[in-house]
Amino acid sequence: MTLLKGGTPIEDSWVHLDDETAAPAGAAITVSFARWQAESEALKASGVTLGVRLTGDDAAEEIADDLNALQLVVIAFPAFTDGRGYSIARILRERYGYEGEVRATGNVLRDQASLMTRCGFDAFDLAAHTDVADWLEGLKDITLEYQPAADRRRSVPQIRHA
Amino acid sequence: MYSYDQYDTQLVNERVAQFRDQVQRRLDGRLSEEEFRPLRLLNGLYLQLHAYMLRVAVPYGTLSSAQLRMLAQIARRYDRGYGHFTTRQNIQYNWTKLEDAPDILADLASVEMHAIQTSGNTIRNTTSDPYAGVAAEELEDPRVYCEIIRQWSTLHPEFTFLPRKFKIAVTASPNDRAAVKVHDIGIAIRKNAEGETGFEILVGGGLGRTPMVGKTIRDFLPKEHLLSYLEAILRVYNLNGRRDNKYKARIKILVHDLGTDAFREQVDAEWENLRGKGPELPPAEMERIRAFFAPPEYEKPGSNHQDYIEKLRTNAGFAEWVRANVVEHKQNGYAIVNISLKPEGGIPGDATAVQMDSVADLAEKYSMAEIRVTHQQNLVLPNVRQADLFVMWEELRSQGLATNNIGLISDIIACPGLDYCGLATARSIPVAQRISTRFADLKRQHDLGELQLKISGCINACGHHHVGHIGILGVDRNNEEYYQITLGGRADENAAIGKIIGRAFSSDDVVDAVETVVNTYVDQRQDDERFIDTYERIGPKPFKEALYDAA
Repeated sequence: MTLLKGGTPIEDSWVHLDDETAAPAGAAITVSFARWQAESEALKASGVTLGVRLTGDDAAEEIADDLNALQLVVIAFPAFTDGRGYSIARILRERYGYEGEVRATGNVLRDQASLMTRCGFDAFDLAAHTDVADWLEGLKDITLEYQPAADRRRSVPQIRHA
Repeated sequence: MYSYDQYDTQLVNERVAQFRDQVQRRLDGRLSEEEFRPLRLLNGLYLQLHAYMLRVAVPYGTLSSAQLRMLAQIARRYDRGYGHFTTRQNIQYNWTKLEDAPDILADLASVEMHAIQTSGNTIRNTTSDPYAGVAAEELEDPRVYCEIIRQWSTLHPEFTFLPRKFKIAVTASPNDRAAVKVHDIGIAIRKNAEGETGFEILVGGGLGRTPMVGKTIRDFLPKEHLLSYLEAILRVYNLNGRRDNKYKARIKILVHDLGTDAFREQVDAEWENLRGKGPELPPAEMERIRAFFAPPEYEKPGSNHQDYIEKLRTNAGFAEWVRANVVEHKQNGYAIVNISLKPEGGIPGDATAVQMDSVADLAEKYSMAEIRVTHQQNLVLPNVRQADLFVMWEELRSQGLATNNIGLISDIIACPGLDYCGLATARSIPVAQRISTRFADLKRQHDLGELQLKISGCINACGHHHVGHIGILGVDRNNEEYYQITLGGRADENAAIGKIIGRAFSSDDVVDAVETVVNTYVDQRQDDERFIDTYERIGPKPFKEALYDAA
């Protein structure tokens, strides 16, 4: 896997825990949404840096009250055709004003990079063989958009009437 | 009509370059077919039985003469000299090559057209009334809102991977010619008690294997909230629509499973967060778009108007064509002219490059250079002076484009069927051709009156058979084509799903069966009753008896 954040490949410093393993002291950890629901109070009290992993089945609304405690929200794309993550990311960014990292993982393809960026993703788990330079090129394909979205770029209607 | 500014042009050009790169990556093997498939579908490129099919968007069915000429040129240069107009006001080219697709898109971009989102699980071309802007009874031009929706839905980052495809239609007339009740979202422009116009919003209509009539979830949406409300509906659908079974993935299933009220509550809750925010259009932008659809300068009827009246009186062929194909215009002295793409024995919706060029010429000469595509797979010249009708009719006749059968039994909607389509279970086109030939006698057709016959070659219902007064569905029975007949469907403001009348007919027998149905209607009708009125009055029983008891 290659982790891309802000257009740069970086090491993933997070430990992605399963639902049984105890949180190692001093680490930055992510847990599944199910574990978060069961243990959020204890996890928040433990003093570790926290993130949560969502799938399309999990509603952004359910972590709304916890967003201050979360540095990272990972949203899974089990298949590139599963577009629920786009809505979840926009709700986090636009409705709740979440400013931590929103990371796409799973089937994350070059030709979806710009759509994901527009919906508020700022980090991407890429498949191991991905050509990063080429992937980043994909972000430059379309430079205009008709709709305002989470990236807060000015939309075409806004530019027209600026 | 709308014309692109620098931003529209830049966006479409960037999209062409992006697709050119994607095709190149496919051709040199960097993209697998599996990875390429969603990308080509988002640009309207399907892989059919024999070749790639490219579906080009005709936004809300409006074309300029220059655009239609380009469609003709593409047919000649990249296809076999013809194109096929579809039930969603688009055009399809059935014989294109993958390596040509980027050039075709570039040619389209040069006349402000594209194939963006004509396929894939995304928001498709927004369709509308083919008489928009010229119909006598409409409240205002619905294309203003279609164009607003076109721009909003184009490359929408959140709604490109929906559970399933998504179709929106807009009408502004009490006589619904846009079939808004059988769309994922139907929008009907209405006037409230204060005399303001706004939108009635319907959701969950659709055909396919589970046909449903849409339900109203909002009686009157103020215009300024159009995009926030649409975004709320799409978000609820994107998050909650079924993704486990593609046959249950359309919004109609979600609305049906939740119930209309619960669905409305979810949309309203989402809307609370969006209303007045991001997606709403700046008022100045709505006015900018509206200005493109301002009515043209119409002339007052001149002295030559009397010639038209005289020709109507003296030329029976002309008078019959006017009666069938010409519709009242909102402007005194003008007419709306339908050009039938259903000649006797022809393929419904097909037009040759020569015909497209001819229609483009005629539009330039007689219709302010504007053409419409109808969901009935015909063309319309929306702004013709009555005084020009006779000469235009003569020119249409010389091109084989004056068939006077609009709304009659041979004005058949048919999907491409097994002649082209990988999903089809039976052929549609030959059945349409045989019915058209059987009922070739126009006098008889006119006597039968309005009769909508629609044929689908599989359960996906692209030929809209569920909403045909007579619907025909092709099915495969042990590798043999059989045809199921439904009666009583309609796609208008009183939309209804037709009922299956009984066991299916073989390909050899289906045309006889249609004739039996038609003869039963003739026996039973009272006065000027249309087929659909007779059916609704007497029900299926007499038809069933005529079809099955005699044997």
